[in-house]
Amino acid sequence: MPSGHTTADRNLTASMPPSTAVVATLARLYPFLRPALPRLVAGMLCALGASLCALSIPQVLEWAVNGPLLGSAAGGDRAGVWSAVLLVLGLGVLEAGMVAARRAFILFPGTRVEASMRMALFRHLQDLPLAFHDQWPGGQLLSRSMADLGQLRRWMSFGLIMLVVNTTTIGVGVGLMVHMGGILGVAYLCGALPVVYFSYRFSQRFRRISRLSQDQAGDLATTVEESVHGIRVLKAFGRGREAYQSFSAQADELRSTELSKARTLGGFTFAITTISEAVLGGCLLLGVWLVVDGQLSVGALLAFFATAAVVNGPVEQLGHLVSMTLYAKTAVDRYFEVLDTENELRDPARPIRPEKVVGDLVFDDVHFQYPDEPTPDQAWRDPARPSEAPRTEVLDGIDLHVRPGETMALVGLTGCGKTTMISLVPRLFDVTSGSVRVDGVDVREMSRHDLREIVSIAFEDATLFSATVRENVLLGAPEGQRSEADLDRAVTVAQADFVRDLPHGLDTTIGEEGLSLSGGQRQRLALARAVAARPKILVLDDPLSALDVSTEEAVTAQLRQELAETTTLVVAHRPSTVALADRVAVLQEGRITAVDTHSDLLAQNAHYRFVISSLSPEAETGAEPKAVV
Amino acid sequence: MPPAAPIPQGVADEENSYLDRTRSREVRRRSRRLLGSLLAPVRKMFALTVVLVVLAQAAKVAGPALIAWAVDRGLPAAMDGDWGPVLGFAIAYVVCAMVAGGGTAGYIRFAANVSQAILLDLRQRVFRQTQRLSLEFHESYTSGRIISRQTADLEALRELLDNGITSLASGLLFMTFTGISLVLLDWRAGLVLLVAVVPVWLVTRWFQKRSQVLYRISRVASARLIVNFVETMTGMRAVQAFRREQANDVVYGELTEDYRRNNVRTMGLNGIYDPALQLIGNVTVAVALAIGSFRVLDGGMEVGTLLATLLYTKRFFQPVQQMGMFYNSFQSASAALEKISGLLEEVPTVRAAEQPVTLPKASGHLRFEHVRFGYGEETVLPNLDLDIPSGQIIALVGQTGAGKSTVAKLVARFYDVNDGRITLDGVDLREVAPRDLRRAVVMVTQEAYLFSGTVRDNIALARPDAPDADIEAAARAVGAHDFITALPDGYDTDVNKRGGRVSAGQRQLISFARAFLADPAVLILDEATSSLDIPGERLVQRGLQTLLADRTALIIAHRLSTVAIADRVLVMSQGEVVEDGSPEELISGTGSFAALHKAWQDSLV
Repeated sequence: MPSGHTTADRNLTASMPPSTAVVATLARLYPFLRPALPRLVAGMLCALGASLCALSIPQVLEWAVNGPLLGSAAGGDRAGVWSAVLLVLGLGVLEAGMVAARRAFILFPGTRVEASMRMALFRHLQDLPLAFHDQWPGGQLLSRSMADLGQLRRWMSFGLIMLVVNTTTIGVGVGLMVHMGGILGVAYLCGALPVVYFSYRFSQRFRRISRLSQDQAGDLATTVEESVHGIRVLKAFGRGREAYQSFSAQADELRSTELSKARTLGGFTFAITTISEAVLGGCLLLGVWLVVDGQLSVGALLAFFATAAVVNGPVEQLGHLVSMTLYAKTAVDRYFEVLDTENELRDPARPIRPEKVVGDLVFDDVHFQYPDEPTPDQAWRDPARPSEAPRTEVLDGIDLHVRPGETMALVGLTGCGKTTMISLVPRLFDVTSGSVRVDGVDVREMSRHDLREIVSIAFEDATLFSATVRENVLLGAPEGQRSEADLDRAVTVAQADFVRDLPHGLDTTIGEEGLSLSGGQRQRLALARAVAARPKILVLDDPLSALDVSTEEAVTAQLRQELAETTTLVVAHRPSTVALADRVAVLQEGRITAVDTHSDLLAQNAHYRFVISSLSPEAETGAEPKAVV
Repeated sequence: MPPAAPIPQGVADEENSYLDRTRSREVRRRSRRLLGSLLAPVRKMFALTVVLVVLAQAAKVAGPALIAWAVDRGLPAAMDGDWGPVLGFAIAYVVCAMVAGGGTAGYIRFAANVSQAILLDLRQRVFRQTQRLSLEFHESYTSGRIISRQTADLEALRELLDNGITSLASGLLFMTFTGISLVLLDWRAGLVLLVAVVPVWLVTRWFQKRSQVLYRISRVASARLIVNFVETMTGMRAVQAFRREQANDVVYGELTEDYRRNNVRTMGLNGIYDPALQLIGNVTVAVALAIGSFRVLDGGMEVGTLLATLLYTKRFFQPVQQMGMFYNSFQSASAALEKISGLLEEVPTVRAAEQPVTLPKASGHLRFEHVRFGYGEETVLPNLDLDIPSGQIIALVGQTGAGKSTVAKLVARFYDVNDGRITLDGVDLREVAPRDLRRAVVMVTQEAYLFSGTVRDNIALARPDAPDADIEAAARAVGAHDFITALPDGYDTDVNKRGGRVSAGQRQLISFARAFLADPAVLILDEATSSLDIPGERLVQRGLQTLLADRTALIIAHRLSTVAIADRVLVMSQGEVVEDGSPEELISGTGSFAALHKAWQDSLV
């Protein structure tokens, strides 16, 4: 079962991304955080205020008991009791109010920052070229968009504030202890120093593990996605069990990582709890000795331990909060890893639009090789790693001129780079060298939006979105120019009239969430979509492969009429598709070796006959004639 | 609800967050049942976790008492020169600290064991279930929703398990301890607590009602977000080619906003619930102070007792907030479990037989007997009778919608017939043991899906234990060997990382090689050669001649080149076989096939 591939399943310690400081990571958040900052600070202040109220209630209780009840004359001070009760009540209401205010303040920062970061990621992902998407598994992107940002929200709404409040409480508490206890306080402070060391070690280790667990969770999501997208294959071969075993193994790995995370956290919690408490035990002895020695009053000793009890809770929570912070930090790192991926296929600073769009398409000495970019896991594993793969160029100097209004077929063997070549026209990839020009303008000089309005493309494996037929067909039509007539025409040209018989006609929802269509039906809709976009240049990738002979004939006839004014580059595997074209270009070993009419090529070019003909002598031998090239 | 209305089951009302009372209760019960069944196997470990929690809590409670004793009793003794008691208390304190620390560390680990065991179990159940469910289900449920069940929903459960259970256990324990201590100390002070429980209960009920709906909406909103994200990323090529980025931004932006707004609402609800509990606690302390103080003044109570009751009352309410947090994550996890349990409740329409018939060596004799089949309302095959002797190669021809693919899918048992039956070697397909059926019948579809992994892995999917030599032989047989060896790492090339480089035709060759390796008795090719170019098709054609010797084959191809190797051609129209005969017979005849074949011949050069 092949789906066991993971990006993080190697080993734990060997290779991790260069770890950045928590502060540096959080600084990256600043732009997103800035609008929310006032509320965040207000939330923290409220949290501190609430703790203050909580701390003072016991003091008031003690005062009430010692003061009005015991302190005054017999019979007690009823008015004093009432004021104490009111004070306690007031403080209690205030505390609850502060908690409510903290919650209210924090409502927006967490969710707003999450939403704006999620949108920024989505926008960036839509902007990044296909080369990026080819290499990043979907689950990894999804886990960054959902799990990681959710983590960040929870941390901002809870972890961050509690961390600040707890650190303040501990700081103030320890300060008070030093102030009240003198030597005792200093001893406590010194004794607690190892906690700092353990915190450091813990954070190093925990960061590594949490990164691993988040990566593994992303891989697991990828496997789930694949197991559903490939469900037909799995069912056809009855490989559900193997898929399950492979998924289980992966889920089990994630479990082990989570367990080692818990062990690390447990160890840390043990260390800080026992250290701080053992030191207190020592302080007890020291304190009693100091009292006996007359250097400390009993009251101060009691106050010291009372304060220690207040500090205790926050110290115990520290492990949890630090781990939450580290987890959020890793999430942010993972997020920025994607957001920082530079788009190498950008719009130019000053885009040019051809003065007159007539649809003149030129490939000028075009070279292309797939960027052997290190894959996402390698990127942080070893950036210096040279690619082992030989850098063979897919396209090795393409020269081709498709005149305005002309229909050019592109013929070549499977895998020779036809799809790659046509993908360069709407700039789904960029040339390595040379240029592709539309009406004299290099496609890299134009904005992608303008370019893709001029150039429309239909792929062989048609992607339909979960939307109505109408929306799917009009997907590429210029906004504001989507007429019912265009839709009708496109549907007719593509022989996609079957859509009119769907349960809700053109308003039937199709795609993953709707009605499933056959391959031929999908292909015809993709064709209709390309036609409806009313492009000046139409690029078709074997657009009729899934159609039967009679449908193909009808589509061809319609298309020929439709394409009279449109410059068309069509990848063809069959003579029937070639029939659409005025001229044919033969792509062979990365170059255009011949451009001519179908009949001339058939007569003169052995490679062409080999590729396209079923009846010629080349077809009979079944082997590529070597001599012609 | 009128009695005739069907009771929604499984995922039917998944998107509906405003369920009526009965349904809501049912769904909740379903989700609790699931939680119970997940907890059952780990109950011992769970009990151990609780024990450790108790231990750690007890040790924590003991700490302050030891200090008080050290000061009350140890200090006077130390004054007199006897350091024994103080030393004893200090040592006891350190021991308690270690027990508390060890107990905490222990329960963190054990709780993780419990929670991870449950999550693994649930992940596996969901995965198994999605693999088991029929295509019919998958065709409408979408991959995004399954991913959302497997990720976001599980995350909600994880929140509960990781933090919730321990805080519930320690909170309950703490409250019980302090509650009992208080009652023992002064039963009248205990009454105050009892009265305070009433508003806590009321607030909690209010919270429960509201949060239930909100968390359900949350689950739906998050699933929609994921579905949209997955769809956009999967279709990125079309998105960019057709400039859908801005339109997508709008849609995704709305979904993000919906999700955000719902998070604000749930957090807002918590923002009321949590301080409300706090307020109740604080007011109770004030009330206890008032009542107690006047009792002291009237001489009905000792001052020391008052102080103690006040401290206990205050402490009683300390974990209430924690419990509120627990209840909150419980509500969130329940909503997630509702969705997951719905998915798990789905019954596959294609089911394994209760007493499967083993068919270790099928010969490949297929029979359709009065088969009726349709998707939903629409009937595709009204009444099909067909006998395909073993070893026969059938070409299925006809217009789109004629029912060719449906026949193929029925033989592969992607669907079950509505009426009549299909037999393999005389055994109803529904009775054949699934493993044997999958070994006997293999279908290659038009969408040649490649899983991440190497080319070798992808071919080996057909037979995971196949030796390399067999894999290579399969690739050679379909003419895929040459292009595979030309890839950077040959058979070990990772298809995912070179995804852009494997063309549609090459993908089809790989999936063909799979079929070759699977070596089934019945091979179904549903438009499996559509992306191949003519040389590729020639190679496959040649490979097929070897492959299909003594095999039953059903070939659907609009390229009639395939027909040449067929023994028999079936022309279908509107779910019925309208022409049936050898290719020669039909071509020389006057039927629609003859016309089709002529058109095809003319298209060749």
